[in-house]
Amino acid sequence: MSVMRTDPAEGQHAWSIESPRALAGLAALLGLAVLGLVTLAAPVALLLANLLVRRDPGSDYLGLWALTVFSLVPCAVVGLRWVAGQRVWASGAVLAFPPATALAAVVLYQRRPPGADHGAVWLALPLLLNTVAGSRWIADRARRLFGACLGVPIASPYRPAPASGTAVSHGQRAVARAEWLLTDPATWRDVLWVALNSGVGAVLVAAVSRLVAFGARWHVLDFRPGLLIVPLLVGAAARFRFGWRLLRSYGLLTAAVLGPSKQAELAQRVDHLAQTRAATIDSGAAEMRRIERDLHDGAQARLVALGMTLNAAEQLFESSPEAARSLLTEAKDSSVRALNELRALVRGIHPPVLADRGLVDAVHALALDLPLRIHFTGDLAERPPTALESAAYFAVSELLANVTKHAAASQVWIEVGHTDGMLRVVVTDDGRGGADPALGTGLRGVERRLAAFDGVLAISSPSGGPTIATLEIPCELSSLKTSFY
Amino acid sequence: MRVVIAEDLFLLRDGLTRLLQAHGMEVMAAVETGTELLAAVTADPPDVVLVDVRLPPTFTDEGLRAALEARRVVPGLPVLVLSQYVEQLYARELLAGADGGIGYLLKDRVMDGVQFVDALRRVAGGGTAMDPEVISRLLTHNAGNSAIAALSPREREVLGLMAEGRSNAAIAQRLVITERAVAKHTASIFLRLALQPSDDDNRRVLAVLAYLNG
Repeated sequence: MSVMRTDPAEGQHAWSIESPRALAGLAALLGLAVLGLVTLAAPVALLLANLLVRRDPGSDYLGLWALTVFSLVPCAVVGLRWVAGQRVWASGAVLAFPPATALAAVVLYQRRPPGADHGAVWLALPLLLNTVAGSRWIADRARRLFGACLGVPIASPYRPAPASGTAVSHGQRAVARAEWLLTDPATWRDVLWVALNSGVGAVLVAAVSRLVAFGARWHVLDFRPGLLIVPLLVGAAARFRFGWRLLRSYGLLTAAVLGPSKQAELAQRVDHLAQTRAATIDSGAAEMRRIERDLHDGAQARLVALGMTLNAAEQLFESSPEAARSLLTEAKDSSVRALNELRALVRGIHPPVLADRGLVDAVHALALDLPLRIHFTGDLAERPPTALESAAYFAVSELLANVTKHAAASQVWIEVGHTDGMLRVVVTDDGRGGADPALGTGLRGVERRLAAFDGVLAISSPSGGPTIATLEIPCELSSLKTSFY
Repeated sequence: MRVVIAEDLFLLRDGLTRLLQAHGMEVMAAVETGTELLAAVTADPPDVVLVDVRLPPTFTDEGLRAALEARRVVPGLPVLVLSQYVEQLYARELLAGADGGIGYLLKDRVMDGVQFVDALRRVAGGGTAMDPEVISRLLTHNAGNSAIAALSPREREVLGLMAEGRSNAAIAQRLVITERAVAKHTASIFLRLALQPSDDDNRRVLAVLAYLNG
């Protein structure tokens, strides 16, 4: 999981029916349908034309060849760049050009494709690749469109791209990328959706044009351009009556097809777990080393010194009672310091108040030690699992340390709560703002701690403040049995 | 003076018993758990209760809750809570609604027997004994308070010692100044913090603690 920088004003909202974005979205959807139709139909049309149309030797058009090469070469370059991961918004749209050229050629030049006499199969293969890449681009647009429409982003279902480090040459990299592209089931579901979307679009367009033709034949309206009014009125009525629900249902269908499949979700989950597990093991080992070092250099060394001092005092006991007494005082001070160090160490491993009282009181106790005015509200019906509680505590501890160290704040608001299966802690300060997880290692550490529990940290910190840090960890609360009098 | 001790570690329980007996106190009972403490206290209320925060069976804050419960059963029962670590949160809970007879000290403090017995006597007498660490953290928490920031270093020192629950005489002895000088500082502190002055040591301590706890 990653740290997100969020702006309070910039949340994801589902469209409303009045929203102008809904209309623009419908237009975009139609555009995608047309694009999909061209991308998908072209190779099929080309192959069919090649197979079914009678050949006429010697009537190959030079101009047609030129046209094909002219449109194919730049598109191939852009397409390769796109497949290689250098995505530009427009590059996907350009992928529709070669198929468009092929289609135009089939239609315009006596239904004959370029190179028909020599077998246009050579064109069909690159066009199929184009179809795949183009479908993914279209599906990507659709994901964004319906993500905005539903108010819930549709996650990208693709497998992670192959690491470029393993391939040596450009050729190998291209092959690796092509393999990644073609073997991912999500790619083929994209193609399916594009076909579906274009099919639905085509049926709709056909239905409307049929309606117009029908009206013309039966002279329902004498004024011909007026005929257009009928489907427009029907369309508008349908839009206002059912349009919204239809669009949403279509969005849900799209999310089902284009979103990650169960398998892809599991694959992504495994990836995430492997990463966080490695991070957790690393930080656990580092923590053990730190504790070992602290004990070794701290309390253990002090106890050795204590023993030596007591030994010296014992030897001086007879000869010089005064010196022995001062050594004993020294020994006592040394033991106090050892105790202080052990106490600090214990607080760093697992704060007693957290063990005794749970997260709410532990965070409250933490806040009471801040040199700031605090406003604390916290309520948890039951206690979260111990490990999670500890991770949340240290995350909050780091956030509060940041507030005192960097924010120059005078007040801090802390909220601890649990809603919708999420443990949520919000720390707000009136400091100078400008906190950026990318700059400090502290926030990165918080992020890592939380990631092991699928938790996320969101920070909103405009320059000039205020800073709002929100951490959320999914968890179910379980009650811990405690005795009462 | 009659004392009840609740401490689960045998060595410490034994050591405390001997320390208190050496200072002429009577240890009525030395128990291990909160429930036993409550039974002992309700059967025959002592002059003061000495209790460890962590007690069996939960080894969490059982002792603290037992202490608060004991004060509910026997109103005004003086209680000195000992702990391996101190938290302002617990100090607040002990002080809430109390008008004295409350102590909250680190276990380390028993190493200085005289001071410790002095604190225990103070609590038994209806006074207050807050650990210096609690107070220093309380003062840190109030670092942004302009009235406290305006105090002189000596006045802040006096404020800290007063918050620990010490009398004017004890503060004078500690800072090696006259009692009159302490009284002067105290008056100045109360004026700056806009607190109601009082001749009663315990009232002053509670007023200062209430002020610092905001």
